[in-house]
Formats: sequence, C-alpha cells, structure tokens
Amino acid sequence: MIRFEHVSITQPGATVPVVSDATFSVADGDLCLVMGRTGTGKSTLLGAMNGLVPQASGATLSGDVTVAGRSIRTHRPRDLADVVGWVGQNPMAGFVTDVVEDEVAYGMEQLGLSPSVMRKRVEETLDLMGIADLRRRLLVELSGGQQQRVAIAAVLAAQPRVLVLDEPTSALDPTAAQDVLAAITTLVHDVGLTVVLAEHRLERVMHEADSALWLPGDGRVVAGPAAEVLSRADTTPPLVELATAMGWPEVPLSVRAARRRLRVNGPHLSLAPAPELRETLTWRGNGQPVVAELRDVRVTYGKVTAVAGVDLDLHTGTTVALMGRNGSGKSSLLWALQGAVASSGAVTVDGSDPRRVPDDEARRLVSLVPQSPADLLYLATVDAECAQADRESNAPEGTARDLLRRLGADLPGDRNPRDLSEGQRLALVLAIQLAAQPRIVCLDEPTRGLDYSMKHELAGIIAALAAEGTCVVVSTHDVEFAAQTAERTIVLAEGEVVADGTTRQVCSSSPSFAPQVTKVFHPADVMTVAEVAAARVAP
Amino acid sequence: MARLITRVAPIEPHPPTRSRTARRTTHAWAWWAWALCAGITASLTLNPLVLTLITAALVTVVLARRGDGVWARSLKFYLLLAAIIVGGRVLLRLVIGGTSTGTVVFRLPEVQLPTWAAGIRLGGAVTAEELVWAATDAARLATILLCVGAANSLANPRTALKSVPAALHDISVAVVITLTVLPQLIASAHRVRRGRRLRGNTTRGLRGLGATLVPVVEDAVEGSMTLASSMEARGYGRTRDQRKVPLTTTIALFAALVALLLGAFVVLGVPASSQTVLGLAPQHWTAIALLVVGVALGATGLRSAGRRLSVTRYRPAPWGVPENIVCGCGALSVVVALWLTSPLGYPEQLNPPPVPLVWPSLPLPVLLLPLLLVLPAVLTPRPQTSGDPS
Repeated sequence: MIRFEHVSITQPGATVPVVSDATFSVADGDLCLVMGRTGTGKSTLLGAMNGLVPQASGATLSGDVTVAGRSIRTHRPRDLADVVGWVGQNPMAGFVTDVVEDEVAYGMEQLGLSPSVMRKRVEETLDLMGIADLRRRLLVELSGGQQQRVAIAAVLAAQPRVLVLDEPTSALDPTAAQDVLAAITTLVHDVGLTVVLAEHRLERVMHEADSALWLPGDGRVVAGPAAEVLSRADTTPPLVELATAMGWPEVPLSVRAARRRLRVNGPHLSLAPAPELRETLTWRGNGQPVVAELRDVRVTYGKVTAVAGVDLDLHTGTTVALMGRNGSGKSSLLWALQGAVASSGAVTVDGSDPRRVPDDEARRLVSLVPQSPADLLYLATVDAECAQADRESNAPEGTARDLLRRLGADLPGDRNPRDLSEGQRLALVLAIQLAAQPRIVCLDEPTRGLDYSMKHELAGIIAALAAEGTCVVVSTHDVEFAAQTAERTIVLAEGEVVADGTTRQVCSSSPSFAPQVTKVFHPADVMTVAEVAAARVAP
Repeated sequence: MARLITRVAPIEPHPPTRSRTARRTTHAWAWWAWALCAGITASLTLNPLVLTLITAALVTVVLARRGDGVWARSLKFYLLLAAIIVGGRVLLRLVIGGTSTGTVVFRLPEVQLPTWAAGIRLGGAVTAEELVWAATDAARLATILLCVGAANSLANPRTALKSVPAALHDISVAVVITLTVLPQLIASAHRVRRGRRLRGNTTRGLRGLGATLVPVVEDAVEGSMTLASSMEARGYGRTRDQRKVPLTTTIALFAALVALLLGAFVVLGVPASSQTVLGLAPQHWTAIALLVVGVALGATGLRSAGRRLSVTRYRPAPWGVPENIVCGCGALSVVVALWLTSPLGYPEQLNPPPVPLVWPSLPLPVLLLPLLLVLPAVLTPRPQTSGDPS
C-alpha cells in the first residue's frame, strides 16, 4: 500500500539526513507501528506518507514514496486527500470549523462531492466512530478523546485507504486513549484500512500491531513483523523488559500472551500475593516531617467545581503521583497548591501561605512545571534563560546551568529554546524552576511526549530530588511511570480524593491504574520488572 | 368479528402539515433582511408610540424564534445598550442646554463657558419639548440598534457566513477561522500570564511584556502552521485549480462596484431637484437605475466566479416559504412606512413636530407597521435546538 524506495529526507538547515536510504513497504490492511526515540524523525517519516514532507515543511527528499500507486513527487498532499488521511497530535489545532458535523463534512466539500453523497458519508462516518450523538456539539466543548475521534472521522469521511496517525493519544488519559485506540482497531479489523501509527506508549497498542517500523536514530528504518522489531528496538515497554528479564526469545505482545506464556513455560516464581484492599484512604505518613498542609481546598471556575474540598498532608522527601481522568482536578490542585489559581480553604507550606506571599517568595515554597513548559520561556537563548533564572531566584550565577547539567541535558548555550525537543525543553524549565530551591516541586504531566529512556532519566531526577528532601508531586496519566517513581499515589475523581495510599496499594488494586507487570503476575504483589528479576534470582 | 386492532391506521382528521410543525432554523440571511427592513421602518418615524410598538415587535419575534446558542442570549445586552443610549442622550440634553423656548420644567444652575470654550452654556432652563425630542430621537437610534441585536440573536453569525456566494467562500473560511482562533489566543494569553507567576513575576515593563507576548505569538504561529498542514492534508485548494476567472467576469464585478458606488453617491450626495418624473426626482431615478444595474452585474459576476470553484456545500441552509415570509413581512413594512410618511399617508402623525408638545396620535393604519414586523414570530417554524433529535 505504501512503498518507500531509497528515501532520504534532510531537514532544512541540517547536514545529516534524518532518514537515509530507507526502502520498505507497508502491506494493505496492516496496523503498522512507528517507534523510536524523540527526535528520531517519526513525524517526518509519517509526513512523507502524504507528501506534507517535503511539500509543506521545506525538507528535501530523494527517492520515491508511492501510496496506493500515486507518487508524492507528482501529487501534492491535497491531491492525496482521498487516499491518505492524516491526523496530527493536537486535534483542536487542526479543526477548521466549529461544529462536529461541519468538521466531518469539510474535507468532502473540498473534494467537491455532491451534497447527497456527503450527507450519506457523514452519517456513516459518525456511526463508524461512535460520535453520532455529538453531531451538533461545538468542537471546543468536547473532551480530548472525543476531539481526537472527531479528527479521525473528519479524514475518514473522504474514504481514504490509508490512515496516518501521529501520536494520537499522547494528550489523553488512559481511558480516553483506550477509546481512540479501540476506534482505530475497529477501522483496521472491520473496515480493512491500512493504519500507520506513531505512539510513545507502545504498551497500549502493540498487541494489535501487525508490523512495525523502528527508527534507531542513525537514519535507518528497520521494518518487519511487530514482535520481531520490538525485541530489537531500544524502546522498552514493560513487556519487552519483562521478556528480556525472563530470557524469552520473542516479546509477548499483550498481557494475555505473557500470562499464557508464564503458565505454560514458567518460570513459576513464588511471589507473595498482594494484600486485599480494605480501605482506599490509607496514607498515614512515612515518618518524614510534613511540609505542606491542605485543608478543605476548593477551586471553582465559574459554575464548574474543579477541586471540591481536598484535605492533604505532603511530606518531605516523598514522591507523590496524582492520577485520575482528564478534568478530575489534578492540574487545578497543583496550581492551587502553588497559589497561582484562586482557591478557598487553607494552604500552608512550610509555615506560610503561598497565596499570600509575593510571587518570588511563593516560588521558593512551591515551584510548578506546567503542562506546556514552553509557556515559561521567552528569551532567545538557553544561556539567557539560565541567567534570568539565577536572577529571579537570587541564586549564585551558574546555578541553573549546573542544574541543567545534572539533569543530564547539557544543552548548547546559544540554542533557541523554541528549537529544543519536548524533553530538552522540559529539562530546561525544570532547571529554571529548581534554581529557586523550592520545598515542593510540582510536575504537571511531565511524561507527555517523552520516550522510554527520557522517562527513565526523569525518574532518576525525581528520585534524586526526593533524596535531597524535596517533596515532588507529579500529576500523570502514565501508570508505568507512576509505578516506577512514586511512593504515594493519590487518585482524584470529580475534584475529590478517592484513593490515597502507597502506590503499590492503590495501583495494584485497580484494573486501569495497574502497571502491566502487575497484571501479568496477578495476584502476586509485584510492580516492576526489577522486582520480578530479583525474585527470579533469589530462590 | 371485527378486528380488535386495525391494520390500516385511520386517516387523521387534520394531518399535520410538515412545513409548519417541523422544527427548522430559518435562514440567517432572511432574518438579517427582515431586521434591515425593520431598521429602515424605524428610521422613518419619530412617533414614540410607533417606535415602542416596533421595539415590542422585535422583542416578541426574538423571544419566540431564537435558538439556544451563545449568540441567541445577546438580546439582554442590546436592550441594555439601547437604554444607555436613551438615558445618555437625555442626560446630555439636561447638561448642555439648548434653546429655552417652551414649557420650562425646572432650572439647573447655569454656567456660561467663556468664548474660547465655544461659549457653551451648561445647565439653565430645561424645557419639556427639548427633553421629549431628545428622548424620541435617541429612541429611534436605539430601535435601529435593537434591529441589529435582533438579527444577531436570531441568526447564528457563523451560519450566515457559511451561506455566502461560492465566490466568497475563501473569505468566509478565513473569517470563520479567525472567529475560532481568537478565543484560543485569549486562552493562551491567560495561560501564559498565569505561568509568569511561576517564574516569580520579576520582569517588569517591556521585558515583562515580552515574557507574555513571545510565548503567545509562538503559540499562535505554531497553531496556524498546524492548521495549514491539516487543511492541506484534507484537500483544501484541490478543486480551485481550474479556477481561472475569465476577464469578462472580473470586468463585470468591477463595473458592479463602480455602479453601486455612483448610485450611493447620487442618493446621498446630490440634492434632488424640485421637478419630478413619475413622482420622483430625475436624480433619484438615476440612482435607482445605477443601483439596480450594480446589483444585477454583481450577482451575475459572483455567480459566474463561483461556478468555477467546484467546492460543494454540505447541507446548505434551505431557502423556502418561511424565508420568503420573513423577507416579505420586512419589505412590506418598509413599503407601508414609505406610504404613511408620504403626503398620501399620515406624515404629521408619524413625524410629529417637536413644538407644540402634544400626546402623539396613533392612526389605525400605522398599526400595520408593528403588526407586519411581528408576523414572523408566528409564521416561521420553531428553531431547532441541540436537544432535539435531528
């Protein structure tokens, strides 16, 4: 369906091609995973599948890409609209109209289809994606998962044979992501579409994948069956790690496959069963002094209550994971703790109220890295940002720079922060915020857009901060990351705390928040591959 | 034995007529045309009773036929604005005294400004004639404003933009995108400003402004790039390639513009001579001819330019009987108003002289005006709301 023949792509201004001499093909009806670390050119490769690269990006491309027999050298992206549907990362940014139904019809209007055909296709597409009841809703009112499904419907209405998706679930909570991925799976299985999908959290999709493309980062593109490519790739979802630890030759693609393999082939490890959950609010402190107290904290935006009366004690040197679906009040709670969002109730950090002290003082109590870290960057170079951070926090010169180095991101000082990758930008903002030596560090969705190795590094940084006595609060959708880093987990729903305890207790008892390893070894009490490996060596 | 359950449903005595009961949103442009006509009607009279009745008609129609969108709730805002206009005008009259002939109601302390301040007299005697005249004059303006408000509440501005001639399609797309992007820009500015606190808010002045502006602009640019590639990937511009608008169409459109401009100039700028041909001054005939030619040329030009653009329209808003009724009611009210103000009608009653001050009279035929304007409230189908099944 898609053929790449000796394709090399060079980004504007770059000397080394991001993809060099790639030759592969994606078969008709495949669900093809594209994986690789951040910045290895996944988006570029996907863009080449409908001609957006090089036509809309300024990159140079040699070789040829053909999709359903049409070459992107002779067809512009708009001429391929009826063959390839392309969906980007942020659905809201790609919407042209304001109502669901109009958005679905927009592409067909451009193709010049007759009104009766459009009407029929809109009805079919709405049903296919399960969004018929949203047809008259405004796009801005929809949740992230619904928006992403509308975006997919909008390209599907033109009835393409190939669907190209660039990290469609990176901004979604696990349930909404599951929703979108289920819709995509339906398209592959029931409609017979060819789907090419780039995704960071591979554990969510790899059980459905037929083939995979891996970009090691040196310009090569490794193509092959999913299980085979996964076992070679450097991106390590938990099941791949598990397979390595257990010495299995082939990666089990799903929890079910891993459990079966374990039952049939062993090894049969003697692991203690997890204790039964009798109470969800079990956190009683970990012997560390309390650094912050929240009493009956409420945040409301107009008529919407985001945080509805939360009582919490935070302890020094503890890493806390905040979980819950989109809109459950995680971000609002962090912002209220920082004092940047108006809240009622009592907030005491280290004896003072961050809402009443001056801004630079509040920063020394609680510092927050927001969901879009780029909001805090406004200077032209990394060095200038670091120097500004030192001044802001009255820290000795070079503090922020040192922190950046310690975070494992020794960025060139003359780089423009806007040209940095997602992970590098996060590191820079983290360094700027840490220069103030805050008592509490809040991270709002830090793992968005990070690959496995960067997540691993971030986990290391958080562990180091906690060891120095800082309290780290991380709001995240990433259960694997929470299991790896957090000692305590708080689950929010509708602005209220519904569970608060050790991560082990809270996560292992939940079907949606349990990490994959826990699911594989259920009912045993394990969270990480490291524990399994240790148990394997012990007897 | 007779069947207990009949298989053929009996014909109902009054089969529901679909066009009346089916909920349907009336075309946005029909409402605008109606509102425009109501505005013209209001502008022709200074009778406070007629103005009040027209306002009542407008409010009735809006309350009866508005949808449930955000724009539909704007009537309150326009009513408030109208009240401010009337109040402000009267207050200004009180402070800056005019002529003091007539019935003096009360006297304010008088201040005579020096000649270098144009010699304006502040305060002084306030006459009833002056106050009434100021209030009616303001009420006329307020009613015209309410017409715009009524159109805004009844017609979704985006739907109105969607039903433009195909030749203007690209412009309407641009406007719709702007309407969508603006709230996003405000949201992003809000987010960045909130984020500034996180860095201690130490930068002030120009640097502080940069700290807000740079991320917002960056956001906006990135957003437009994403939108552009999304539109490109979905085929935007695909069917526009055969659009080579012929030279004749361009010339026709240009000529239409010139004719319309000249027509407007003759109406507004050239004083009418006293002699009349068929009841109108020759200048007016020229203007009418120019405007008709301009509209006709423009319509054909746009149609021809639009035909080259093979973009199709999904579920275009239908134009049917209700739309014709709405437009007809508006047009008829203008015709009636023109007749009433002409020497053949009741010019004295519709535009009563400010002096002497008498209670305005309301001849029976004048009631036709508000009656015609309120008719769409019952003659159009109910609007569709988002809660309804499609």
